[in-house]
Amino acid sequence: MRNSAWRIGAVVAVLATGLAACGGQSSTTGGGTAAAGGDASSIKVGILHSLSGTMAISEVTVRDSELLAIEEINAAGGVLGKKLVPVVEDGASDWPTFAEKATKLIAQDKVATVFGGWTSASRKAMLPVFEKRKALLWYPVQYEGLESSPYIFYTGATTNQQIVPGLDYLKEKGKKRIFLVGSDYVFPRTANKIIKAYAAANGMQVLGEEYTPLGHTEYSTLVNKVVQAKPDAVFNTLNGDSNVAFFKQLKSAGVTAEQMPVMSVSVAEEEVKGIGVDNIAGHLVAWNYYQTTDNPANKKFVEAFKAKYGPDRVTSDPMEAGYNAVYLWAEAVKKAGSTEVEAVKKAAGGITLDRPEGSVTIDGENQHIYKTARIGVIETDGQIKEVWNSGKPIKPDPYLKTYPWAGGLA
Amino acid sequence: MEAIVNQLPIGLSIGAVLLLIALGLTFTFGQMGVINMAHGEFIMAGAYTAYLLQGWAGRQAVLVALPVAFAVAGLMGLILERTAIRHFYGRPLDTLLLTWGVSLVLQQLARDLFGAPNVQVQAPAWLQGGLGILPYNRLFIFALAVGSVVAIWGYMNRTSHGRRMQAVMQNRQLAAVMGINTGRVDQRTFFIGSGLAGIAGVALTLIGPVGPALGTYYIVDAFLVVVAGGLGQLRGAVIAAVALGLLNSYAEFWTNASLAKVIVFVAIIAFLQVRPQGMFVLRSRALT
Repeated sequence: MRNSAWRIGAVVAVLATGLAACGGQSSTTGGGTAAAGGDASSIKVGILHSLSGTMAISEVTVRDSELLAIEEINAAGGVLGKKLVPVVEDGASDWPTFAEKATKLIAQDKVATVFGGWTSASRKAMLPVFEKRKALLWYPVQYEGLESSPYIFYTGATTNQQIVPGLDYLKEKGKKRIFLVGSDYVFPRTANKIIKAYAAANGMQVLGEEYTPLGHTEYSTLVNKVVQAKPDAVFNTLNGDSNVAFFKQLKSAGVTAEQMPVMSVSVAEEEVKGIGVDNIAGHLVAWNYYQTTDNPANKKFVEAFKAKYGPDRVTSDPMEAGYNAVYLWAEAVKKAGSTEVEAVKKAAGGITLDRPEGSVTIDGENQHIYKTARIGVIETDGQIKEVWNSGKPIKPDPYLKTYPWAGGLA
Repeated sequence: MEAIVNQLPIGLSIGAVLLLIALGLTFTFGQMGVINMAHGEFIMAGAYTAYLLQGWAGRQAVLVALPVAFAVAGLMGLILERTAIRHFYGRPLDTLLLTWGVSLVLQQLARDLFGAPNVQVQAPAWLQGGLGILPYNRLFIFALAVGSVVAIWGYMNRTSHGRRMQAVMQNRQLAAVMGINTGRVDQRTFFIGSGLAGIAGVALTLIGPVGPALGTYYIVDAFLVVVAGGLGQLRGAVIAAVALGLLNSYAEFWTNASLAKVIVFVAIIAFLQVRPQGMFVLRSRALT
C-alpha cells in the first residue's frame, strides 16, 4: 500500500516537475473533456493557488481544504443538481502568473467562479482581470483591508477583525511599548500604518519598525535591535519562511514568550509545525479560527480533513476560510438558482452559515464576512489555545470607517 | 555602543554561514568553472537528511547527519556530474540553464516527497542557550566552518588527491599529459564540492527554515562570496565571507535589512570594478 502510493507519488513528481520546469503546471481533475463551463451535469470551478515556489508552503493547504469542500458538496448531491468539477491551476508564487492563469480559467475553461490567491500581491494582480471580465474571485486569506472590489468576495479577516482585536488584547494586558517586525511588501506596511495610528490614539508607543525582504533568513541583527529596544511585545507581520528563521533566532538569543510575547498574524497551525513548537510555544496569534475551536461544525471539518489527507495534517484559519468560501458560493448559487455572476453576487448578501469558526454572514455591501476575532496562545503540542474572543461576529469594515483614529488612513 | 560591539560577533557568525554555503561552490564553480545552480538544492538535500535521520537519532540528528549529508549531497552531485554536466564542460551558459532546470526539478521533487510545508529539525539540547549575545548554535556553525576550511586545506595541500586536483585546476591539458586522469579528478572534486553543500544544509537547520525553497535563499549569497573572493581561492572565500558578513551586520544595524542587501550588492559591484577577478587571482602560465 505504502509502496504503491510512493510509486504513484514518484510518477506524479516526475511529471509535475517536468511541467514545472517548462514554466508552470496545470491539471484538470476529472471532466477533462467537458464542454466549456461544464456540461448539463457539471459546473466547473477554478482553484488558483501557488503549488510551487516560496508561497506553496501555505497555499497548497488551502487548495486541499477547497478540494475537500467540493468533494463534500458533490457527495451531498452537488449544486442545482450538478456536480462541481475543480480546475486546479498553479500560480507559482509569481504575480503575473496569477493574472495569466486567472484569465485562462475564465476565458478558456469558462469556470463559474475562482477560489484563489494568498498574498496581497497576487490578489492585486488578479483584481483587474476579474473586474474586466466580470468574473468572481473568492479570496480566502486575512489581508490589509482598504479594498472592496465588486468582483471579489473576501472570506478571510479584514483589519478590524484581526489586527485591531490583536492590539486591543495587547493593550488590555498592559503591553504598551511595542516593536513592529514585518516582511517588506504591501500587507505588513499597510498593517503597520494602521497599528501606528491605533497606537497613537491609544497611548501605546511604537519603539521600532523593521522590514526584511520576503524569504529573508538572517535575523540576528534584527533580534539584536529588538532586544536593545526592550519592548513589552512584538507585533509580527512576517510572512512565509522568514517566520521560521525569526522565531528560531529569537529563541536562541534567549528571548522568552513570558518577557516579550510576539503577536503574529500570519502564523497558524501549519506554520507552527515548520517553525518547531519549542521555538514558538507561548507566543500569541490573532485569527478567527483554530483547529481547537470548539463546535460541531469544526469537529466535522477536522475529522473529514484528517480522513482525506492523513492524521498528521492540521487545519488552520486560511484553510477554513477557503473551505467556507466554497460553501458560501454554493449557497449563493442555490439561492440565485443560477451560476450567473451578477445573480450570485446579489443572492450572496446576507447569507448566514454555521461554519467551523462559528456563525458567518456575508456583508452584501463590501462582500466581506462577519467573523469572530480570536486571540490564541501556542501550546507545547503545536495546537493553539484560544485565550480571548470577541463574543460575536464583528462586522467587516475594510476601510475602518467606524474607527475615528483611522481617519487619515484610507 | 554596546549594540555596536554586539554586531561584531553577529557579523562573524553571518560570515561563518556564508562561508559554509560557499565552500562547496569554491570547488565546483571556482575550480571547475561549472555554474551549478543546483548547489542550493544540495544544501536543501543536506537539511532534509537531518530531518529524516531525526526518526532514528532523535535530537542528536544534527551531529549524525553531518557525514551522512556529506555523502548524500556528494552522491547527488556525482550523479549530476556523470549524467549531465560533463557533457557541457566549456559551455557555461548551457550548464547554467541545465543546472537551473535541475534545481527546479529537485525543488518540486522535495515538495512532492516531503510536502510543501516546512519541517522541523530539533536542535540538540546542548545547543540551546548561549554565551551572551552569541547563541551556542551560532558558535557550532562557526566551529563547523572553521573545521571544514581546515579539512579542505589539509586535503588540497597534504594529500596526493588534493594536489592532483590543484594541478588539474591550474592547467588541465598539462595535468592530463602528466598522466592524471582528469575525468576522475573532476568526479572527485564535484563529489566533495556537493558534499560540502550537504554539510551546510545540516548547519542551516539550526537557524532557518527547512523546506523545498531552502536552497534558493542562499544560492545568490554563495555565488557572491566565491566571485568576490576570487575563483577557486580558499583564502579568498574565507576573507570574502567574513567581510560580507561584517558589512551585512553593520549595514543592517544602521539602516534596515532591505537596504543592507542593496549596500552589500553595491559594494561587491564596486569592488569587482577595481578587481574584476576577485581578491585573489590564481597565477598560472596556462593560455586559457
